[in-house]
Amino acid sequence: MRNTQLKLNRSAISIIFLGLCLLTGCTTTSLPLDSSTNSGADNLYQTLGGKAKIDEIVDNFINEIAFDQETYAFFKDSNMRRFKEKLSEQLCVMAEGPCTYTGDSMEQVHTGMNITEANFNHGVDLFINAMDKADIPHNVQNRLLNEMAKTRKQMLYR
Amino acid sequence: MPYKRLFLSLAMFAALCSATTHANDGKLLATAGLSQIEGAGGGGIVPWATLSGYDSQDQISVSVALSQVDLEDYRLNVQAVSASFYDQFELSLGHQRFDLKTLGGDIKMNIVGAKYKLYGDAVFSDLPQISVGVQHKMLEDKAIANALGAKNTSGTDIYLAATKIHLGAIAGYNAVWNVTARATKANELGILGFGGQGNDSYELMLEASAGILFSRSLAVGVEYRQKPDNLGLKEDDWFDFFVTYIPSKSVSITAAYTKLGTIAGAPDQNGLYFSINGHL
Repeated sequence: MRNTQLKLNRSAISIIFLGLCLLTGCTTTSLPLDSSTNSGADNLYQTLGGKAKIDEIVDNFINEIAFDQETYAFFKDSNMRRFKEKLSEQLCVMAEGPCTYTGDSMEQVHTGMNITEANFNHGVDLFINAMDKADIPHNVQNRLLNEMAKTRKQMLYR
Repeated sequence: MPYKRLFLSLAMFAALCSATTHANDGKLLATAGLSQIEGAGGGGIVPWATLSGYDSQDQISVSVALSQVDLEDYRLNVQAVSASFYDQFELSLGHQRFDLKTLGGDIKMNIVGAKYKLYGDAVFSDLPQISVGVQHKMLEDKAIANALGAKNTSGTDIYLAATKIHLGAIAGYNAVWNVTARATKANELGILGFGGQGNDSYELMLEASAGILFSRSLAVGVEYRQKPDNLGLKEDDWFDFFVTYIPSKSVSITAAYTKLGTIAGAPDQNGLYFSINGHL
């Protein structure tokens, strides 16, 4: 009697837990789809604060890079005015804003740089600092990072 | 004590390696996880597919962890050191001391672990990161395991783990989940030996974790670990609810409420878990 009760209890916990995992799995696969087709109240560009905020993030990011030896090494021959303009366009497009990206492909830009995984993740840390300094809320930061993460493959070890 | 020499040599070897490869910051904050109670990279009680350190694929890193679970009648103390290589391979050593608070005395066990990443990146690949691991466990104090009818005083667990971190998944907050399947004969981790009259063959156990990061430095979550009952002592599955504070890539602190059920016939073993993790 007690044994069956115990077994039931066990399987109940397993099922609840599996459900919890599936739930996180499900919401996560469906949410990015929603945000990529949604241009209404939940539009990331609007939530971020439009072009002004994106420009502020980019300015902060350039400032972070300028004071970081490891990352600045990748930018020492770059035209920073052009970088600023194209990154701003690209973030605007990623956030579903009213922009067009007019820069070169990510592969073109990063070929020859041989950016390592550690360099990349360090760059993400700097970008997070830039968003922090622009007072972007944590949960809005993550949505932008999730969009940016899609370009990672085009940047690493080229 | 041979385990102490092993401990020291692994720590020194890894420290030497890491000194040359600048190793403690190649991943994103909070993506290294913790060292679980058997020494492997993971949550508190479940080994994950992620490795224990912040090494990227060009780096080596070393992690140390001190953990304690204080229960009604028992207290588990864990010292663990691990080295992870190129975000691919992890070696770990764990030393457990299980204090018998009401009966007096303790049971010590050493665990040598290895983990190999088969696929993916928990943050960046579309599918989960997947790793395979082994944990070889050797009891130093064998009398109690033998008295309870365990068939062996050492044993090896083999597990397959899948871990995924979803950026901005739940209302913009990052979420993490892990599922581990473990083949084991261990009674209460192995502290009460391996196998028994009830059963002496490998059984497949399911373990799982789910968590959410409310900021870059604060994670909360739950863990579940299914366990066999080889000794006929009504061994229970384990459950915990944890809060982890990760102020930097060098250190993290975890507190958890654990519900470990009946252990060696003593029911309702609930209590608090504390762990401090350091990454070199």
